[in-house]
Amino acid sequence: MSSTARAAVSADSRRGRSRVSPAFWLILPSIVFMLFLFAYPMVEGIRAGFTSDLTGALTLDNWGRMVNDPYFTRAVRNTLLLIVVVIPVQFLFAIIMALLLQAKPRGTALYFYLWAIPLAISDLAAGLVWLSIFADQGYLNSVLVGFGLQPFSWLSYQSPGTQFLAVAMAEVWRATSLVLVIIVSGMQGIPKDYDEAAAVLGANYWQRLRHITLPLLKPSLQVALILRTILAFQTFAVAQALTGESFPLLVGETYRWYSALNNSNVASVYSLVIMAISMITAVAYLRILRDQSRQVAK
Amino acid sequence: MSLQAFSTYLSRRTLFGIAGGMTIAGALAGCSGVSTTGGKGGDAMLFSTQFTPIEEKQRFEQVLAAYVTDPKTSFSSVAVAEFTTSLKTQVDAKQLQFTVAGALHGDLTPMPEYLEDIDDLVADASAAGIPQSMLDLGKLGGSTQKYIPWMQATYVVAVNKKALEWLPAGADVNALTYDQYLEWAKAANKANGKPVFGFPAGPKGLYHRWFQGYLLPSFTGAQVTRFTSDDAMTGWAWMQEFWAQCNPASTNYDNLQEPLARGEILVGWDHVARLVEAPKEKPEDWIMVPAPTGPMGLGYMLIVGGLAVPKGGDKALAAKVIKALSAPAAQIELLKQNAFFPVVKADLPDDLPAPVKLEAQAVAAQADSPKALLSLPPIGLGAKDGEMSQVFKDCFNEICLQGNAPKTVVPKYAATIATILEAAQVPCWSPDPAAAVCKVG
Amino acid sequence: MTTGTRTPVPVDLAPLRSYRRRRGLLQVACVIISAFMAVPIYLIAVAAFSTRAGLNQFPQPFYPANFGTETMSTFLSSTGITAGFINSMTVGIGTLLLSSLVGAPAGYAIARYMFRGKDSYQLFLLFTRALPIVVLSVPLARVFLAAQIYDRPVAVILLHSALALPTTILITSSVFLAVPVDAEEAARIFGCTPVGAFMRVVLPLALPGMAAASIFTFVMSWNEVLGATILTFSQRTLPAQVLSSLADSPLAYRFAGGLVLVIPALIFIAIMRKYLLNMWGTTIR
Repeated sequence: MSSTARAAVSADSRRGRSRVSPAFWLILPSIVFMLFLFAYPMVEGIRAGFTSDLTGALTLDNWGRMVNDPYFTRAVRNTLLLIVVVIPVQFLFAIIMALLLQAKPRGTALYFYLWAIPLAISDLAAGLVWLSIFADQGYLNSVLVGFGLQPFSWLSYQSPGTQFLAVAMAEVWRATSLVLVIIVSGMQGIPKDYDEAAAVLGANYWQRLRHITLPLLKPSLQVALILRTILAFQTFAVAQALTGESFPLLVGETYRWYSALNNSNVASVYSLVIMAISMITAVAYLRILRDQSRQVAK
Repeated sequence: MSLQAFSTYLSRRTLFGIAGGMTIAGALAGCSGVSTTGGKGGDAMLFSTQFTPIEEKQRFEQVLAAYVTDPKTSFSSVAVAEFTTSLKTQVDAKQLQFTVAGALHGDLTPMPEYLEDIDDLVADASAAGIPQSMLDLGKLGGSTQKYIPWMQATYVVAVNKKALEWLPAGADVNALTYDQYLEWAKAANKANGKPVFGFPAGPKGLYHRWFQGYLLPSFTGAQVTRFTSDDAMTGWAWMQEFWAQCNPASTNYDNLQEPLARGEILVGWDHVARLVEAPKEKPEDWIMVPAPTGPMGLGYMLIVGGLAVPKGGDKALAAKVIKALSAPAAQIELLKQNAFFPVVKADLPDDLPAPVKLEAQAVAAQADSPKALLSLPPIGLGAKDGEMSQVFKDCFNEICLQGNAPKTVVPKYAATIATILEAAQVPCWSPDPAAAVCKVG
Repeated sequence: MTTGTRTPVPVDLAPLRSYRRRRGLLQVACVIISAFMAVPIYLIAVAAFSTRAGLNQFPQPFYPANFGTETMSTFLSSTGITAGFINSMTVGIGTLLLSSLVGAPAGYAIARYMFRGKDSYQLFLLFTRALPIVVLSVPLARVFLAAQIYDRPVAVILLHSALALPTTILITSSVFLAVPVDAEEAARIFGCTPVGAFMRVVLPLALPGMAAASIFTFVMSWNEVLGATILTFSQRTLPAQVLSSLADSPLAYRFAGGLVLVIPALIFIAIMRKYLLNMWGTTIR
């Protein structure tokens, strides 16, 4: 890629272009569009976090209220736990699915369609579906009773372990398709010649996977990882449908302070925390994955 | 390199033509959409937080169509957070898109400054029979009338007749004490092998009203002024024991009518509108009873819904809508359809649907009880109303869900209430004794 | 030459058996995963088409034992459903077009050019997605009220395009990366202008991948509820109209509503997915 970039840059300089790269004009519409739309709301949103809801003066009180809230630590812990567990599982799952599709079983088209379906499902519908499965009188307990076992309260606040499992499973189901589609479109860009050449030279499937497919997939993985992480920090509808308020999450707390407690200032503070964590994570991913891809792309 | 792969190419003109055409079409379409409230320009619109469930909404739209004919009024109902945001932003931008706001007292409390003064509508309202005490609620703690009471509701206990066999000896289900209620729960639990009493402790559940209007007033005679008293500790200890007898899935129950209908629970306390579906299939299997009586009386809470005019709105048009909705016939119809009781003087007919009839009996028994102790939701707290409700929810969380001792939890939250009341500087509300500035006790 | 019967040479069937076994396992794995993905959808369809009493049963039957269309028909005939559907289609297609128009050039720039501030630009895009929309909602509504486009699909199109832009740019950039530069350069050498080379060489090859981006965008726009709710009042999109009422409705209606929201997106994916699959095995070079 660097060779093509060098080619492009040198071509431009040979033509004596102005110092402004044509790339600038290409990205300009998007920058203008985003700034136009989001600049004022973002400034307002951030400012609200530092404003007192009673007097309108600048203050750090909202931060204190957030930290002292009984649900804050649990929300942070649950959010991080969910991110740490669900995202790697999703990626593993999505890569496996993409590789299965690449092997072209009979019915590839149908499988791909079925696996992409959860993309279409809204948060509410996803929450409902899994609620109907995990509820006390839901499908899972129906199956257990059918086998003569005792039904179990999967979603009860008295068993936080199964609560977490239920939320994790629902999230994996709901959001893996996003990762799958990104990885699949990335896989299309991998020329088959490398793979075939390696096979001819004696590499077995796992070696080809480790040394050719996965490294060339890195740009797509990076994209998917960053996007999925940012979105993961913001989804709570499924968790709320399943567990109500006994499994607090950061975004759920943001909504709660905003709507039930009518305090958009503390809500802003929560969202700033969310933004900070997701940005740090995104930058970390960019750094980690970028260095390795530079090495691979010679 | 195979050239066939490049054989399909789009000429620049074709591509631009397609893109341009679609963009123009999109832009034209985007400029005006299709109305989703069924209303057309020039009509009135009632914007509300109530009747969001689909069936209730459809029934209310029929009531509107039948009883509010001039002007033709369309209806839009949204969640409370959205209601607040929309009202505030529209009033601020002076671009109102609705005529009348219909919401509960607690929804309108945070924004008196966004509502018009409607003192001129008070005369008609009291002539229709709305009690003065209720009209005073409509001032939202200020000096001018901000909303005209529209409907009222309260909370009762729904009982599946199956559960009656475990009633303690000598107890009258229509006049239980708290201790008898607890005994009943324990007996039912033991007999069934699993808890059959429910409690609306879900995220949208109204359980904070239980503490504000039922438990604390029945044990202490007050809502906030005796918050830290020993009687309050007794009340919370009772609650801890009672919760141990409740179905743990209650933390996911936003309303009790569905678990009751499913048979997951047999007895439960909830808002009348959230219990009314349970007896629908087989009304003969159900009874509705007043809440239990405590040492200080039968504490119960009245929820009032009101009609308000947004600041800068068309008062004349709004007045017509308000008047039409205050007609006794309209309010009776609302009772029949959606289980919200009238506020004007209206004789209840005999042809009420069976579930509503059951509820009407319980409501009357509750209000007419000699030991009845009326409790109102907080008045005048403004934007802090939500935080006040949260205090009671958090107390429940710490005392019942986490099992902490009331003695350690209650003083902590008394401090929170103190902060809220300090900032609000408002007089106390029923059942607390009137005082110039309310203080937590 | 000897004629006559020859003893057949024993063919080693082991590789064939192991190949068949591998293919068999492949199918089994695919079926299991498909079941995981599709069974919940099946369940919600069954629940949406059950009678109210049927939903209260325990144990719940897995087959449509209590088939009833009453909840679906009540739901579909309630006010604003068809109008919301039309509005959602308008918004979805508008978002598709706008975000592609704005995002594709940016994706091309990221794929082809190495410019200073590339990383910061990408971070900037992600930054705008990192703040939850609930906090942006009130200022955003004010902006649109001031611009007189409040409560019009145009407002929602703008918002959804902005929300979809990071995804669109990232996916189109990885799609453009897959199109070999040599083909483009060859076109230029043969006399095309840069734009012409883009139109005739890159775009046709990139269209399938851009179709993938369009799937995301349409579906995201279709399901987005909070922003649409805040920016519209009487001309709502389907989720905005429906989800606020669904949240408090009885379970049966929530299932019906959930299913109704799912179906158009399913149809859209069915139409668009063939663009993705056409590229399988036809990678250039």
